[in-house]
Amino acid sequence: MRSLPFLLISLAIAAIIFVIARLLQNDYVFFAGYTVLQFVVLATAWNILGGYTGYVNFGTAAFFALGAYTTVFFHKLYPLPIPLLIVIAALVSGLVGLGMGYLTLRLRGSFFAIATLALAVVLQTLIVNWDFVGGSRGAYVIRPREIPILGSYIQYLFLIMLLLAVAAIVTARTIERSRLGYGFATIRDDELAAEAAGVPTLKLKLIATMISGAFMGMAGAPFPYYIGYLEPSSAFGLPYAVNSIAMPMIGGTMTWIGPVIGAVLLGVIQQVATVTISSAVNLLLVGVLLVVFVVIAPNGIMGLFPKRRKKSAP
Amino acid sequence: MLVSYDLVLNALIAGILLGGFYAAVTVGISIAFGILDIVNIAHPAFIILGSYIAYLVNSQFGLDPILTSIIALPVFYVLGAMVYQVYYLSFERRGQDALRGLAFFFGLLFITEVLLILVFGVDYRYVTAAYIDWPPLHLGVIDIPMRMLIPCLISLALLGTLQLFLSRTFTGRAIMAVAQDQLALKLMAANPIRIKRIAFGISIATAAMAGAFLIVIQPVEPSIGREYIGRVFAICVLGGLGSLPGTLIAAMLLGIVESFTATFYGPSWAPAVSFGILLLTLAVRPAGILGR
Repeated sequence: MRSLPFLLISLAIAAIIFVIARLLQNDYVFFAGYTVLQFVVLATAWNILGGYTGYVNFGTAAFFALGAYTTVFFHKLYPLPIPLLIVIAALVSGLVGLGMGYLTLRLRGSFFAIATLALAVVLQTLIVNWDFVGGSRGAYVIRPREIPILGSYIQYLFLIMLLLAVAAIVTARTIERSRLGYGFATIRDDELAAEAAGVPTLKLKLIATMISGAFMGMAGAPFPYYIGYLEPSSAFGLPYAVNSIAMPMIGGTMTWIGPVIGAVLLGVIQQVATVTISSAVNLLLVGVLLVVFVVIAPNGIMGLFPKRRKKSAP
Repeated sequence: MLVSYDLVLNALIAGILLGGFYAAVTVGISIAFGILDIVNIAHPAFIILGSYIAYLVNSQFGLDPILTSIIALPVFYVLGAMVYQVYYLSFERRGQDALRGLAFFFGLLFITEVLLILVFGVDYRYVTAAYIDWPPLHLGVIDIPMRMLIPCLISLALLGTLQLFLSRTFTGRAIMAVAQDQLALKLMAANPIRIKRIAFGISIATAAMAGAFLIVIQPVEPSIGREYIGRVFAICVLGGLGSLPGTLIAAMLLGIVESFTATFYGPSWAPAVSFGILLLTLAVRPAGILGR
């Protein structure tokens, strides 16, 4: 399937999802759906770097929070429409991703992973000490009750996240099937050999970090309007990092569909578990599933199905 | 800004004491990451586990937290050996330790933290011991709080013992060798997997003691371990991978820098220091101070 038909089909599926959600006439569907879609974006974004190039990013929460705090910053300064905020958030977190990658990606892979973990702590320290965006007390972002055409504001947020998810998935799939994607795969399989064969590995890794970081920031931009009150410990929560790693790992990291399956599956399980059991238990569930899957099914759910036809080598 | 001499001197002493404690926190990572090349990011979680065991025994039986941790050493050693066995069978043997191994340890970190929250809640816990309440030592203008001094001294003893073990015994030398040449090690009639298992067991065992030090120094809650991830790796990389003397020097340096930051800019800035040092080291001298 080419990219354009795929885009159109994705948009059609998104439209169907939105219509069904509206027909249910229950605001909870939008609140829960928003969270699941947010995880689809985060997992897909993580997979662009983690799955395609094999570099583990533990700092999803940092990029997500960058996006969220970009919104808070502009909300205090001069409220902008959400689509514009998403673009700004993408620029900010993409640049931070680029800078971080530039400092650490020349070294062994594990240094990058450690640096991303530390990045989350440091950004949190900066935000806690920055009073303009609320500091450690947090910031209120009151969402408007109504929006023209759609009516309720949560439906508007849901629609935005739905479109972001489509954008992320289409981007991931396009990368996978382009020269860029083959370049990423060579880095994952054998970086030294790739370098020797003339693949510009550092450049490719930086591109992957930037795209991945930008999408994480975009997922975070509408978040303050969704949650209403943003504080550092919720924006930088470890659950974002764990989920965005667990979802692709459980779904399968080799293709774009893996993170989507993982995100929808885990996202729905968590929504159900949060309502029926407790939020601490559902986090435990994610952790246990992650460990069980990496130990027992290294290629995730997609790896459980044998390939029907063998792909020709790139 | 006018800076008083007393304040600087006290910040320096506090930094050295803090550094001694950081050395105990990092020594496990120096062995696991520096020598064995296992990126055990769950190490801080094991430290917090050590803190809670010290807390549990202390609150139930009134036993000294550090003494408890010494008794808990074999338990943590076995735990570490078991974790390594799973890691070896699932990742190292299959040669896919990079991506999935990291995810495995990250999952462990998360599971430990959530389990501790489920069992103990998110309240801060603390221990009681005679020396915690002793008045600080006064040496002229310097104040030395006992709750910092005792962990620091025992930590130095721990590092000294480990350094002797690594440089003088056959097993210790085999651990240092396992990172360099596994085949040569086999020719010396030592099984590399067994040696690595022992080393990883020791690495996790140090977490029991570091955990006890932590809860003596400050109250502990489950998610506090995350603050130490940046610190331990910063110290480990700064000191030079796999070098215990380097670890000690780097720990002291970080302790002093953090102490000065906390004294002159406020304690809420301290966590950012380690990251700055980590990035600077990676950019300028990735081999660290005493690196090969």
